[in-house]
Amino acid sequence: MRYLCLIYDNEQAWGKMPKEESDAVFGEYFTFTEGIKQSGQHLGGEALQPTPTATTVRVRNGKVTTTDGPFAETKEQLGGYYLIDARDLNDAIQVAAKIPSARYGSVEIRPIMEFTAM
Amino acid sequence: MSAEPDVVRERIEQLYRSDSRRVLATLIRLLGDFDLAEEAMQDAFTAAVARWPADGIPDHPRTWLVSAGRFKAIDRLRRRATFDATLAPMLRRVGESAEQPDVDDDQVEDDRLRLIFTCCHPALGMDAQVALTLREVCGLTTEEIAHAYLTPAPTLAQRIVRAKVKIRDANIPYQVPTRTALPSRLGAVLHVIYLVFNEGYSASSGSAVVRHDLSNEAITLGRLLVQLLPEPEAYGLLALMLLHDARRAARVSADGELVLLDDQDRSLWNRAQIAEGCTLAEKALTTGPVGPYGLQAAIAAVHCEAESANRTDWPQIVGLYDLLLRLEPTPIVELNRAVAVAMQEGPAKGLALIDAIVRRGQLGDYHHVHSARADLLRQLGRGSEAIEAYERALNLNTQEPERRFLSRRIAELRSA
Repeated sequence: MRYLCLIYDNEQAWGKMPKEESDAVFGEYFTFTEGIKQSGQHLGGEALQPTPTATTVRVRNGKVTTTDGPFAETKEQLGGYYLIDARDLNDAIQVAAKIPSARYGSVEIRPIMEFTAM
Repeated sequence: MSAEPDVVRERIEQLYRSDSRRVLATLIRLLGDFDLAEEAMQDAFTAAVARWPADGIPDHPRTWLVSAGRFKAIDRLRRRATFDATLAPMLRRVGESAEQPDVDDDQVEDDRLRLIFTCCHPALGMDAQVALTLREVCGLTTEEIAHAYLTPAPTLAQRIVRAKVKIRDANIPYQVPTRTALPSRLGAVLHVIYLVFNEGYSASSGSAVVRHDLSNEAITLGRLLVQLLPEPEAYGLLALMLLHDARRAARVSADGELVLLDDQDRSLWNRAQIAEGCTLAEKALTTGPVGPYGLQAAIAAVHCEAESANRTDWPQIVGLYDLLLRLEPTPIVELNRAVAVAMQEGPAKGLALIDAIVRRGQLGDYHHVHSARADLLRQLGRGSEAIEAYERALNLNTQEPERRFLSRRIAELRSA
């Protein structure tokens, strides 16, 4: 079953982190990604540019409006995701707990809605 | 081989009481769906009522009920699948499972554990875990749970529906956690059981001191858990609940007022239950690494073994709180320890410890802090400060009998 792991952390803390520390975290991410690629659980995943680059789009009455910034201002920001294949929620929780940012921020696990062919 | 209808009906009713939760737990595993399993379980008992008077009571009634339930579920799914194509995969899965499903005794006991761990899964909200456990494991009706929690029945029903939807859609597995995950997952189960017990033992709001039914349900759950999973902390929790509950008759006076531990008539304590609680507490302390429930049970056991409040072994209680504080360094444990120190070394010592907690900015809104302070101030003869502290406790407390108790203390001090 597929789950999306949404990674939230404080992007300002990232900016303030000394280089050797952020290099170490990147190294952990690399190791984690390699690990779930080898176990076959990795279906996809990307890191995102920080929220100052975000644009939010809405269409109301046929009119497109765009606003600067993310959809919601929060203490922790969406910074990346993994799409994983897991046996069940317990398995997904185990994978998510190994994502380095789980130690600083939080990881939200969402099951993918599967549409079966009629 | 027909049987007397009355005998058969009685046997079925007895089986329903003793085994319907087991049958349900196994059907959930075989069918992979809570609601379908619930319907199948009811269908199975209905089929027993229709068939056993003529066919006789089967040799293995539980196995009969499980396979009858499973066939009824397949029938239901077939009928529904004609109108709803989305049910086809489920029907395939259920139909393909072994022709003779695994229903030996070990599997069935595991199914009960699977059900407990699924209902108490930390991915579900705490309220939902409690409601689902009472509904599915204890077999209480939605109305009974709603009544016990003073919650409107539709709210409670919706809570249970949402939890079941999450179990299905997020694929929360129907399994006992692995050895490595067990300590934390067992902790979640124990927490749910203790919450149910406490809601019964000291209802968080409302007019009765004790909502007895919930305490009994929690003790039943505790017994079931100890039987299925004899872990030290499971023993500890059961011991703790039995020891608290053993003092139930003495906690409330004839006119419904709250009686504190020191003032309780100890002849009203349930001695047999205390003996059982003490034996279990000892098991909790000796069968493995001791945990917070085991230590709290040991503290309760020391209280229960004392002839009077004065003759309580306070140094031992303080020592047990020291150990508990190491495992659970929380201000509430600190507060309880301070009260024990006050009994051992005098009210001034205890008061200094409580004031230190409050000065750190902790527990300021917790009514027990203020009633404990008030009590020590009263013992020290500092009447006006005691009144002030009782009044703060009164403002923060929502439980009627406790409020009446605090008001009585204030009135006594004012007239002194």
